[in-house]
Amino acid sequence: MAKLTIDDVEIEVPDGITVLQACELAGVEIPRFCYHERLSVAGNCRMCLVEVAPGPPKPAASCALPVGEGMTVKTNSPMVKKAREGVMEFLLINHPLDCPICDQGGECDLQDQAMAFGAGNSRYEENKRAVRDKDLGPLVKTQMTRCIHCTRCIRFATEVAGVEELGATGRGETMEVGTYVEKALTSELSANIIDLCPVGALTSKPYAFVARPWELTKTETIDVMDAVGSNIRVDSRGSEVLRVLPVLNEDINEEWISDKTRYACDGLKRQRLDTPYVRRNGTLQAASWDEAFKAIADNLKDKDGSKIAAIAGDLVDCESVMALTDLMEALASPHTDCRQDGAKLDATVRSSYVFNSTIAGIEEADACLLIGTNPRVEASLVNARIRKRWLRGGFSVGVVGPNMDLTYPHDYLGAGPQTLNELADGSHAFCETLKKAERPMVIIGQGALAREDGAKVLSAARKIADACGLIMDDWNGFNVLHTSAGRVGALDIGFVPGPDGQDVAGILAGAEAGDIETVYLLGADEIDTRKLEKAFVIYQGHHGDVGAHCADVILPGAAYTEKNATYVNTEGRVQRAWRAVFPPGDAREDWTIIRALSDALDRTLRYDDLAGVRRRMALQNAVFEIVGDLRPSDWDKFGELGEPDGDAFTSPVSNFYMTNTISRASETMAACTKALAEAVEEKTGTNG
Amino acid sequence: MTVHTEQPDTFVFDETYGAEAAKIIARYPEGKQASAVMPLLDLAQRQFGGWLPTAAMNHVADVLEMPAIRVYEVASFYSMYNLEPVGEIFVQVCTTTPCALRGCAAILDACRDELGINVGETTSDNKFTLREAECLGACVNAPMMQIGDDYYEDLDVESTKGVLKALRNGETPEPGPQSGRKGSEPAGGLTTLNDGAAGAGG
Repeated sequence: MAKLTIDDVEIEVPDGITVLQACELAGVEIPRFCYHERLSVAGNCRMCLVEVAPGPPKPAASCALPVGEGMTVKTNSPMVKKAREGVMEFLLINHPLDCPICDQGGECDLQDQAMAFGAGNSRYEENKRAVRDKDLGPLVKTQMTRCIHCTRCIRFATEVAGVEELGATGRGETMEVGTYVEKALTSELSANIIDLCPVGALTSKPYAFVARPWELTKTETIDVMDAVGSNIRVDSRGSEVLRVLPVLNEDINEEWISDKTRYACDGLKRQRLDTPYVRRNGTLQAASWDEAFKAIADNLKDKDGSKIAAIAGDLVDCESVMALTDLMEALASPHTDCRQDGAKLDATVRSSYVFNSTIAGIEEADACLLIGTNPRVEASLVNARIRKRWLRGGFSVGVVGPNMDLTYPHDYLGAGPQTLNELADGSHAFCETLKKAERPMVIIGQGALAREDGAKVLSAARKIADACGLIMDDWNGFNVLHTSAGRVGALDIGFVPGPDGQDVAGILAGAEAGDIETVYLLGADEIDTRKLEKAFVIYQGHHGDVGAHCADVILPGAAYTEKNATYVNTEGRVQRAWRAVFPPGDAREDWTIIRALSDALDRTLRYDDLAGVRRRMALQNAVFEIVGDLRPSDWDKFGELGEPDGDAFTSPVSNFYMTNTISRASETMAACTKALAEAVEEKTGTNG
Repeated sequence: MTVHTEQPDTFVFDETYGAEAAKIIARYPEGKQASAVMPLLDLAQRQFGGWLPTAAMNHVADVLEMPAIRVYEVASFYSMYNLEPVGEIFVQVCTTTPCALRGCAAILDACRDELGINVGETTSDNKFTLREAECLGACVNAPMMQIGDDYYEDLDVESTKGVLKALRNGETPEPGPQSGRKGSEPAGGLTTLNDGAAGAGG
């Protein structure tokens, strides 16, 4: 601990921190542009100047100055005031004063700090420089004349995203931030540079000229674009979601979100189901809720439970899965499943289907084995954590499955089950790496589980976990990485086949053969709906995707921004989402639809408010009692004996930008898909 | 910063330059080969004829296993790397303070006159490019200009034109002071050690 005096107040701070951090601990705000907690120190904006004694009689950049015992720091002296005014005057020399037409206006660090610390005038009378704008792809809009060269974006791309594509070219007055050769950023986290930019040089392209920050209603909620469960803030105006921003959560997403999380929200405005539909004479026709319920009641009348099935999709919330579970039980149907992709996950042992080490726990690990997963596209922020851990050194990553650019170097061990078997029987060299590690971990992707021999893969991975010492009293290195936000919650509720029940493949086969006559799709769009042609299909969801197209009755539900709901992320962390806007038209919150339907079927569920459903969930599984925090799951037996013998593992995500009904309906995600395809074409074309 | 529009598709070091590059890279420890970026860019520029196309920078990045943007940053920072084509004979006239005090304006005018081009331009036969340069560190022999790798110093209008004429005719005038003095000895002749006692060793 070091003792120092900041503005006449004595404070003790940890050794090795900077004067700027010490000032923050003391509650003194230091203006800054280039300094950022999660990036390396650059020290080039000079806005954080303070007066420090002992030392040369001039202001010092506090962001790059380590604290020393007995230091006296002044942040409000005439020298500091003059220094800040001077720096601000310099920064504004080449900054266009175009705040009225700048999207950063109202949430601009430069604007705020110029007001707070600037002198209010400029002595500069010469011409300002102008900089050509760069094309960084469909997400980031540039207005490079506004750039103050803080280099946060460069450091983010280099350090956090792991794509060294941004840089500062030229020098002095001709210095420019950009890519030099025109190209879109090839990162799934690229749009975070918009948040990092302290001025309006990098702004959001899809959100350009849409709204001012003070017009927006801000709702902190949970993202469902992947299974990470990123904490987000949904900014809305009226009934429209205008943008999505990250919310700090050290345990999950830190302060980043993926581009899909940020930009798929325009898909919420398109292809929405806003009224119930009933198929009459072969065509879907708009109907009232009563008509829709009646059509379902007619179909289900006196039908045996074994002829009814239900499939839950990837974006489902726990409340609606709970209600559907109860409804299917009331209808005596055992055919329920939430594993659309056929992943061989065992719902009875929680530690077999969650990310036990936790996302923040990755930072403690010292060896990692990836099996059948490409975390970069399946869970970009998990990948960012792995990269963050790798940057610290002393960390080895082995990959079994697709060989890809993960933004950090890795040992490529093999493509499929053969390598996995070698690892499981201990004959592979990487076993030694795992054994030697103090905190080894293995991450299994859905690509390794959603296949015929998936249960055997799971058991092989378990064998590795046991043999290589991944399981300790205070550490569980066995991790399943999910890709869908609704999966873990549905498994926790137990939305899997009951006794003699069929799984998704069985339901589809049954429907094709005519054994199953009615199929209830709860937001399930990632299945082969051609097999459902004979069956009576009830589709409940928010987007008119493939599920709705094959439906006989459509019940319009709410998207993730439109309901108060519970989601469980891949770690098994229970989180609450909050309604930001109302569902469009006649659409309703999903669990209430099932509750109303149960009434129409004379099988009324025994809860009629949100608290009631949540009590029911907690009864079903105690994990729902704790929100936000994690309780470790017990290590138990799971998997199926035998050696996996299928083909090479592949990642379930082939196009990062389009993985669910919302992102498929998003124009921005379509533009990203196109840009990515063009970039790939160029890479394999002229540039060899 | 705009990229020059006419870019070659590919660039690779030829045998001679490649061997030279390998020699330079070997000077640095394993894993630190990115340190060789500046000499390698210089080699690439020499091989390509005085300027660095993007393909050359990409090749250097590949050879040194570093991200291309880091090479672009270096190449665009230093004025010795040309990112646009220059003529066969690259004339850089120093116009920083000491040279300015010693009359570089007249030297620059002499170049303009003799070559018939303005600063930043290249003659139509692609032979000469004229540029202003910041201090080249030869102030003691001001005014001066750099042509290719050589310094021509202690210039006046006549000697400047003479040097350029000779170059145009394919000759290589002797680099260094054009006033007849040796190196940077005092312009008015030796001021010390001129009593014949040199070599006594005190």
